[in-house]
Amino acid sequence: MSARFLVTASAAALIAAQPVLAQMATEIGAGEGQVDIVAWPGYIERGETDAAFDWVTKFEEASGCKVNVKTANTSDEMVALMNEGGFDLVTASGDASLRLIAGKRVQPVNVDLIPSWASVDDRLKDAPWHTVDGTHYGTPYMWGPNVLMYNKDAFGDTPPTSWNVVFEEMTLPDGQSNKGRVQAYDGPIHIADAAQYLMAHKPELGITSPYELNEDQYKAALDLLRGQRELVNRYWHDAFIQMDDFKNEGVVASGSWPFQVNILQSEGQPIASVVPEEGATGWADTTMMHVDAAHPNCAYMWMEHSLASNLQSDLSVWFGAVPSVPAACSDGRGMQNQEGCDANGLADFEKIRFWTTPVSNCSQGEGACVPYYRWVSDYIGVIGGR
Amino acid sequence: MEAVRPGIAARLSDLFWRRPGALLLVLLIPPLLWLGVIYIGSLAALLVQSFFSIDEFSGLINYEFTLKTYAELLRPANFDIILRTTLMAAAVTLAAAVIAFPIAYYAARFAKGHMKALFYLGVMLPLWSSYLVKVYAWKLILAKEGILTWAVDGVGASAALNAILALPVIGGGSLSVSYIGTFLVFLYVWLPFMILPVQAALERVPANLLEASNDLGARPGQTLRHVILPLAMPGIIAGSIFTFSLTLGDYIIPQIVGSSRLFIGQAVYAHQGTAGNIPLAAAFAVVPIVIMGLYLWMAKRQGAFDAL
Repeated sequence: MSARFLVTASAAALIAAQPVLAQMATEIGAGEGQVDIVAWPGYIERGETDAAFDWVTKFEEASGCKVNVKTANTSDEMVALMNEGGFDLVTASGDASLRLIAGKRVQPVNVDLIPSWASVDDRLKDAPWHTVDGTHYGTPYMWGPNVLMYNKDAFGDTPPTSWNVVFEEMTLPDGQSNKGRVQAYDGPIHIADAAQYLMAHKPELGITSPYELNEDQYKAALDLLRGQRELVNRYWHDAFIQMDDFKNEGVVASGSWPFQVNILQSEGQPIASVVPEEGATGWADTTMMHVDAAHPNCAYMWMEHSLASNLQSDLSVWFGAVPSVPAACSDGRGMQNQEGCDANGLADFEKIRFWTTPVSNCSQGEGACVPYYRWVSDYIGVIGGR
Repeated sequence: MEAVRPGIAARLSDLFWRRPGALLLVLLIPPLLWLGVIYIGSLAALLVQSFFSIDEFSGLINYEFTLKTYAELLRPANFDIILRTTLMAAAVTLAAAVIAFPIAYYAARFAKGHMKALFYLGVMLPLWSSYLVKVYAWKLILAKEGILTWAVDGVGASAALNAILALPVIGGGSLSVSYIGTFLVFLYVWLPFMILPVQAALERVPANLLEASNDLGARPGQTLRHVILPLAMPGIIAGSIFTFSLTLGDYIIPQIVGSSRLFIGQAVYAHQGTAGNIPLAAAFAVVPIVIMGLYLWMAKRQGAFDAL
C-alpha cells in the first residue's frame, strides 16, 4: 500500500466522523496478508484462464494481500456462504444484496476510505440495492442489461424495436411466423419482463415497477406469459445452451445477455442485440463486506482496487458487462473502449430496471404485492402449460 | 518397585479377546453413525420440513405441523409435474428392459472371448465419459439442424419424422425440444444400468434347465416365458429400480433436452433458494421416495425378490 493512499485514507477518515458511521471502519491500517472473496465465476481473474485477463496479481504485489476466491453459481449459494462466515467480501447481485443487509451479514462501508468512490457512476452511488437509509453497504462492481438478441438473417434490415417479437405471435421480416423460433428465460424473474412489456402496452394496469405487482397486474403478466408458452419450444437457462439453440435449433429472437451476443458475434454468427423501446430488465452487482470480516484492511484495499485499476475495463470485456466507473470505458486503463461499453449497454442505463427480489410489502402497501415464492410456483405452472 | 504394566494396545487386545462384542461395537459404530446421523438424519430433517408450510403473505416458513404443503402437491400445476416424471420414468424403464434383454441374452449365452470383452466395453464405455458431455452431445444430435434431421432428410424420411413430431403431447418443434427427445436421452444414459444386472441374472440361469425344458417338448417361446424370464426377473427388477429411480430424480437432462416443462428434481431445485419455499421443495422430494417405496412393495408382492 502506498503512503499516499494511507494519508488520503486517514484524512478522509477524520472528515467522516458522523454518528451513523459509528460501527464502520474509520481508517485503513496495514494489510492483513490476505482477503477472501465470494464471487461469480469469471469475476476475479488472475490470468490463469487467459493470460490477457488479470486484475489480481498487481493488487497482490502492491498491497501484500493474497486474494483467495470462492466462486458461487447462484445468489442463494452466495447468501449461504456469507451466512457461514469466513469471508471478507462478496460480489452480490440485486436479489442477494438486500437479503444480506436485512440479515446483518454485511457491514456498512465507509466510502470516504475509498478514494475512487468519486469516480463511480453517479447513477449507481445511491442505488437502492446497496444503500439503505443513506448508508452504503458496498461499492458497485459491474452491471448489465438483459437485451433482446436476434438473428440478422431473420430480421433483415428491420431490427426489432419491441419485445412484442417474443410475446405476441407475428410474422417476422423473413416471412415466417415467430412461433417456435423465440425463447424466454426459464427463471421466474422473467415475469418482470412481461410486466415491463405491459407497463408500456397496457398502461391502464398502472404498473409502476415490474418487481412490485399486485394481484391484478400479476395475473395480467401471467396471462401474457401463457400466450408466450405457445411460441416457445424451449426456455433457456444456461447461456451456452441458448447459444447452441441460436445456432442449431432455429431460434431467432430471445431475451439474453451481452455475454452471449459477444460470443456469438465473435464466432461470426449473424447476431445482434437491442434494448427495445419498452426498456429492459438488468442486473447490478455490488462488492459487499462481511460483518465479521477478518481482513478489513485488505478488503478496503480491494474495494479501492476494484474501482481504480484495470479491473473494471478488462472485466467489462471479459464478461460482456458494463463498468460501474464510466471512465474505465475511455481512459485506456484496460482493454475496453467507449464502443464496447455502449455495446454492452452503457448508453441504455435509463431504460434499465434492475432486478430486486419481489416481496409482499412493497410501495403499493403492506402485503399488497405478490412475493417471489409465488412467482416461482406460478411460473412453473405457466411453463407446464397451466 | 514398579510392576510392569501391559501397554494400551495389549490391554485393548485382551479386552477384545475376552469380549468379542466390544470389538464388533467398535468396528460398527462409525458406519452406523454414518448411516444413522448423516444418511437417515438428513432424510428425516427433509421429511420434517415437508410438514411445515409457507405463510401466504409474508413468505416466511410457519413451523407448525400441517399437511397443507402436501395438499399443494395436488394442485394441477404441481400434480402435472409428478405425473409427467412418473410416466417418463415408467416409459424409460419399460423401453430399457425391452432393449436390454436381447443384448444381455446375447452376451450371457452366445458371446465368447473377444466378443464378450467387446460387449463389456460397449456397455461400459458410455459410463466412462462425463454425463454432461453425453447429454450435450445428444442435444446436438437431436437439434432441428442437427445430424439426425440431416440423416433423415438424406434418406427421404423427413415426412415420417414430421409426422412423429406432429403427435400431440409427445411431439414438438424438433426432437430436441420434445418429450421424445428427453425420452431418448434418458434411455441412452440409463441403459447400461439395465443391461448389466439382466446379463448377470441370465448368466446364472443353468443351461441344463433350458435343455430339460427343450427335452420336455417346450417350444423356444415357452422356454423363454416359463423358464428364462422368471429366472431373469430379479435382474430385470434390479435394473428397473436403477432406471426408474434415476429418471425420477434427474434434473439435468430435462433442462437441456425437452420442452422446459419441469420434472420433480427441477421443481425441488426451483422451490428452494431465493423462493424460500423449503416445505414445498421437501414435499416434492418426498414424492420419489414414496413412489419408489410403492414400487418396491409391488415388486416384492410379485415375488421378484424370492429368487434373490
